[in-house]
Amino acid sequence: MKIRVERDALADAVAWVARSLPSRPPVPVLGGVLLDAGGDSGGDADALTISGFDYEVSATAGIAATIADGGRALVSGRLLADITKALPAQPVDLSVEGSRATISCGSAKFSLPTMPVEDYPQLPSQPTFAGELAGDAFSSAVAQVAVAAGKDDTLPMLTGLRIEISGDTLTMVATDRFRLAMREFTWQPAEEVTDAAVLVPARTLAEAAKSLGSSGATLRLALASGDGMLGLSGSGRYTTTRLLDAEFPPYRQLLPDQHTSRAVLDVSTLADAIKRVSLVAERGAQVRMEFGEETLRLSAGGDDEGSAEEELAVEYEGEPVTIAFNPGYLTDGLAALSSDRVELTFTTPNRPALIKPADSDGTVIPGYLYLLMPVRLPG
Amino acid sequence: MGRSSELHGQSSRFRLPRGGDDAGPLPDDTGCGVLHVDMDAFFAAVELRAYPELVAEPVVVAGSSPRSVVMSANYPAREYGIRSAMPVAQARRLCPRATFLTPTRGAYSEVSAGVMAVFRELTPQVEPLSLDEAFLDVSGALRRLNSTPAGIAADIRARVVAEFGITCSVGIAPVKFLAKLASGLAKPDGTVVVPSSEVLDFLHPLPVSALWGVGGRTRAALERAGISTIGDVAATPVSRLKRAVGVAAAEQMHALASGHDPRPVTPDSVEKSFGAEHTFDTDQDDPDVLYRELLRLSEKVAAGIRAKRIRARTVSIKVRFADFTTITRSRSLVEPTDVSREIHGCARALFIQHTPSNALVRLLGVRVEGLVSEDDGEQLSFTSDVPRWRDAEVAADGARSRFGAGAVYPASLLPPESSEGSG
Repeated sequence: MKIRVERDALADAVAWVARSLPSRPPVPVLGGVLLDAGGDSGGDADALTISGFDYEVSATAGIAATIADGGRALVSGRLLADITKALPAQPVDLSVEGSRATISCGSAKFSLPTMPVEDYPQLPSQPTFAGELAGDAFSSAVAQVAVAAGKDDTLPMLTGLRIEISGDTLTMVATDRFRLAMREFTWQPAEEVTDAAVLVPARTLAEAAKSLGSSGATLRLALASGDGMLGLSGSGRYTTTRLLDAEFPPYRQLLPDQHTSRAVLDVSTLADAIKRVSLVAERGAQVRMEFGEETLRLSAGGDDEGSAEEELAVEYEGEPVTIAFNPGYLTDGLAALSSDRVELTFTTPNRPALIKPADSDGTVIPGYLYLLMPVRLPG
Repeated sequence: MGRSSELHGQSSRFRLPRGGDDAGPLPDDTGCGVLHVDMDAFFAAVELRAYPELVAEPVVVAGSSPRSVVMSANYPAREYGIRSAMPVAQARRLCPRATFLTPTRGAYSEVSAGVMAVFRELTPQVEPLSLDEAFLDVSGALRRLNSTPAGIAADIRARVVAEFGITCSVGIAPVKFLAKLASGLAKPDGTVVVPSSEVLDFLHPLPVSALWGVGGRTRAALERAGISTIGDVAATPVSRLKRAVGVAAAEQMHALASGHDPRPVTPDSVEKSFGAEHTFDTDQDDPDVLYRELLRLSEKVAAGIRAKRIRARTVSIKVRFADFTTITRSRSLVEPTDVSREIHGCARALFIQHTPSNALVRLLGVRVEGLVSEDDGEQLSFTSDVPRWRDAEVAADGARSRFGAGAVYPASLLPPESSEGSG
């Protein structure tokens, strides 16, 4: 292999691919990145593709290259990322001879050992195109939902983010059984696409969506539920993620269809007040919310650890209610709304509260909800 | 409690008269701020509320399994030599006509909570030692209650009888261990005061075994050194005591024998952790056997913390391998739990993650830490009221306490023979 590439494009692409590599690879080759110049991995004849794969997640980025001599090589991803990041702003020459890879840039020259390409696993092919959507909208939607996903791998079905495709409606939902977040929006499905529901590891998807969606380009979603694979591509990069083989709990029955109390508040005012009063709450201890006709009284703590309280103005309909929440879960939900105001609806102190974004008139902005179970107060 | 019989000889001088005002001069309780309140034959007394006709008869509370031990025996039963922790078979031999009642666990914690609440009305300085005994420091409450330690003790004893139908005994002294000794002397249904000025008169004739921390081996070591009473301990130079029982024990023992006990009454001295472990008869490598044992231990731990009305944030396992190397590994739960299914899920995941397969295991332990009180509020989940595992487990707690520890298990803990048995 003997090629020349542009320095920034190389550094960005290597950094992006290396990010998905396992930090402690079970076998050394899985810590490598595969460089393929003008080769047969589906890229252009004038391109270098850089790929990483750990059997769960694959990432592939392509950049323009001047190819004198094509070929494939496997080198340490971590080391290549560190080197390319530090290179001066000059064209980069990459060449491989025998078991050594050489990187020359300006007056700097590096020589790295390569690993045997034959030992590298077959990269998964990109699944069938399912539809496309705006990258930034997709990544913010994933972030809004992934916040409610579980982190406890003893309950694998709760670590996933469920994606449901139903015609031109895309629904994403996640729950850790204490809260549930759900986002619904329209997209452009491929003509052939059939309705489907898949469960994707939430953390992986959130990272992939963030890194691919931030460029603002259009994202293409690909799905092979038979092979258990989800693909995302955009801006010359694509990733695949293995789907979770687990049953997502039936969640639609959890969504309340009525309420007896409704409050509308300013999001940042409420979030700031919660952060303040919860300073005295020990780890995970609740914040109490007493809703009255015109005021919401927040309080936390007790005699032993110190206590705090704060009153806010509220638009409230319903009987006075005292309901308590884990402040972390509540502020997660408020932060995920991305609106100026919030509507809270609920029935009794031991039933879930429904949190939705609202506009300045207090009208609910459709498409997102965050359902939160309260903390049962003693006595 | 077992020691009280050894102490009876000289107790009368310190005992408060039962009748009330017409008795002679009361012992001086000035400066005696510490009360030790101990329910009399607690479990038996609670059960006997439902059987008033049996009060004067020997009654034993014990599980119904043939391998159960005596939880509690009333005083008529104790006259036959029946004691707590004695095997039921032995108790039956000692007193064949005794009535054996099976325990009702919920009842004891309910009565206990009520009694402790009475104490806390009088002073916040309440340190429960178990369901049926507590230390109270009333020195700060005397002025507010316009009473004396003996007056407060009388008030407590009257209220416990009136509100809960059981009796208790109270020891009143300047320090904790003396108060505890005194309540032992007061039993049953009495009060003993150790006046500040007579601490040494009270203490020195007592046998060394009455000292806090002196068990069988220490007592034997002291007796070899010619020390048999607490007075002997006080008269012995510390250097000689150290040779007999070791440095740390000697200093503590000498201080106690002189009537000094610096331990304050500490409210809410809650436990930091709760665990159970099991050593296999033969080392095991069968994952099914090991997972089943983890389940059994998780059940035991969960039932234990449920009985104490606490939940746990962290689960840890202990694994001792055949070569005696031992690991402990822990993990925090997302939310505190008292459900054995969740504790077991975590314990099993820890075991799989940290134990090589096929390793021979000698001992397994499950422990929970990061304990939080039920009074701290419980994060509800969407499944809180759908399949309520906790309800099933609480029902099993009730069945176990009524029908013995073997009454209810998860199916996977059923011993193989019972599936072939009477079925």
